[in-house]
Amino acid sequence: MRYSGLRVLAEGLRGNKGWGPAWRDPEPKASYDIVIIGGGGHGLSTAYYLAKQHGLTNIAVLEKGYLGGGNVGRNTTIVRANYGLPGNSEFYSHSLKLWEGLEQDLNYNVMHSQRGIINLFHSDGARDAAARRGNAMINQGDDAILLDRNGVRDLLPYLDFDNIRFPIYGGLYHPRGGTARHDAVAWGYARGADSRGVDLIQNCEVTGIDIENGQVTGVQTSRGPIRAKKVAMVVAGRSGQVAALAGMRLPIESHVLQAFVTEGLKPVLDNVITFGAGHFYISQSDKGGLVFGGDLDLYASYAARGNLPTAEHVVEAAITLMPMVGKARMLRSWGGIMDMSPDGSPIIDKTHIDGLYLNCGWCYGGFKAVPGSGFAYAHLIAQDRPHESAARYRLDRFRTGAGLMDEEATGSQHNLH
Amino acid sequence: MRLDCPHCGKRDRREFTYRGDALALLRPDPGAEAAAWDDYLHNRDNPAGLTRELWYHDPCGTWAVVERDTLTHHVAGSQAAAEADR
Ligand SMILES: Cc1cc2nc3c(=O)[nH]c(=O)nc-3n(C[C@H](O)[C@H](O)[C@H](O)COP(=O)(O)OP(=O)(O)OC[C@H]3O[C@@H](n4cnc5c(N)ncnc54)[C@H](O)[C@@H]3O)c2cc1C
Ligand SMILES: [Zn+2]
Repeated sequence: MRYSGLRVLAEGLRGNKGWGPAWRDPEPKASYDIVIIGGGGHGLSTAYYLAKQHGLTNIAVLEKGYLGGGNVGRNTTIVRANYGLPGNSEFYSHSLKLWEGLEQDLNYNVMHSQRGIINLFHSDGARDAAARRGNAMINQGDDAILLDRNGVRDLLPYLDFDNIRFPIYGGLYHPRGGTARHDAVAWGYARGADSRGVDLIQNCEVTGIDIENGQVTGVQTSRGPIRAKKVAMVVAGRSGQVAALAGMRLPIESHVLQAFVTEGLKPVLDNVITFGAGHFYISQSDKGGLVFGGDLDLYASYAARGNLPTAEHVVEAAITLMPMVGKARMLRSWGGIMDMSPDGSPIIDKTHIDGLYLNCGWCYGGFKAVPGSGFAYAHLIAQDRPHESAARYRLDRFRTGAGLMDEEATGSQHNLH
Repeated sequence: MRLDCPHCGKRDRREFTYRGDALALLRPDPGAEAAAWDDYLHNRDNPAGLTRELWYHDPCGTWAVVERDTLTHHVAGSQAAAEADR
């Protein structure tokens, strides 16, 4: 079924009785050409691009819970291409271009809103770093504008410009950055993959990976064994456990990241603002809630909830930066499990087992990567060689030390990225 | 979350700094193979369940090896790092 404005109008007049489910709920078949483990944003976009770009449709996505129930439905939805290092620059630039055509491509409203992102800075050194990053973005073909203090004041007059500890010196403005509706991204890709023939199988946990003579042959699941010529792991915070099923030990530590939302307010905040020095960022959702977050809780965790000290820190930073936030009531907080890599950058690669592929290490930035990651992973799975946008996302960079992409220059400690 | 300092007893999480898996105590020989350094610096068991990790108690300066459940945040025990089993 094609969605359109006319269709919405017609259905409205007919009591909305004509809408069908957006995807099927098939039983798993005994075998597939490709099995994708994980029905998050990345698993669903991988299935979609395998079908669309490579004509492969004998595919199952196996999801242990429900589609979009993982981090893809828990994140704060920021979409940007403002990375500074080769590897990340070209990848996120490509991903943002896919975002810009996504709604037409999927025939689905993902509410992608390029409302602009401003990264604030508070010292001369931070200004230099922002200028350097802006130049890297421009060299990549993306957009960046270095704002001085007055430039920021024009856009964001409600910030506290005279805070003694963090006086605002300016900001790096990325106009094409913004937000999207997270669930809609999962649903849009799910619908697109399903309509091309991909089986989306929910409540199906992968409990084993079958390997014979160094070649993957299928998976064991809570709904029985499924044979497959190729198996693609893409399970975000659960990457360690799933890779262990194939005897692999990954450079990943799982950490909890919290987010917060206030009651719905009238429009007060037009852009996305990041206050890196205070570990805080904020935007306003289309429903009106202020959506914000900060740093990790900083210790390994699989509990999808955080601890109070981080919540306190985030709220302190909020009120430091924009005192008006103190008037809003907080509605909810929640957490998601992040697959933290030692250099803060992801992995999209083959493994040492034939037919087994690995996609992980998205840390807290994998929502904006959903289109680009699916596109590149599909290319790798279909053609057995990396897509040019993700050729540097190699697993062996940690062993060799060549090609590490440590954007924040914090060294190899998983929780510091 | 409260953690055990071997000297000070149960203290609030705010008093501690996390330094990752306790395998940080098992530093390879300088001449060890690249694979040993890769395991030490990067690769992790990353268990969903009991784990042993290094925490620094800021007020008293003790490094502790804390046994903690990553699913429930329950702390099962702790030892001074200097005396901990390696
Ligand atoms: C609070 C928070 C804020 C964030 N903010 C942003 C942001 O503003 N911008 C941004 O770009 N990124 C952000 N992120 C990061 C982003 O959400 C993640 O990097 C991204 O969603 C991870 O990829 P995914 O969507 O495929 O993961 P998930 O949605 O977690 O998908 C993985 C799926 O695998 C399934 N699975 C696991 N094990 C198995 C198994 N054995 N068998 C079958 N299925 C299995 C899980 O059930 C899950 O559905 C944020 C994350 C959080 C938690
Ligand atoms: Zn102590």
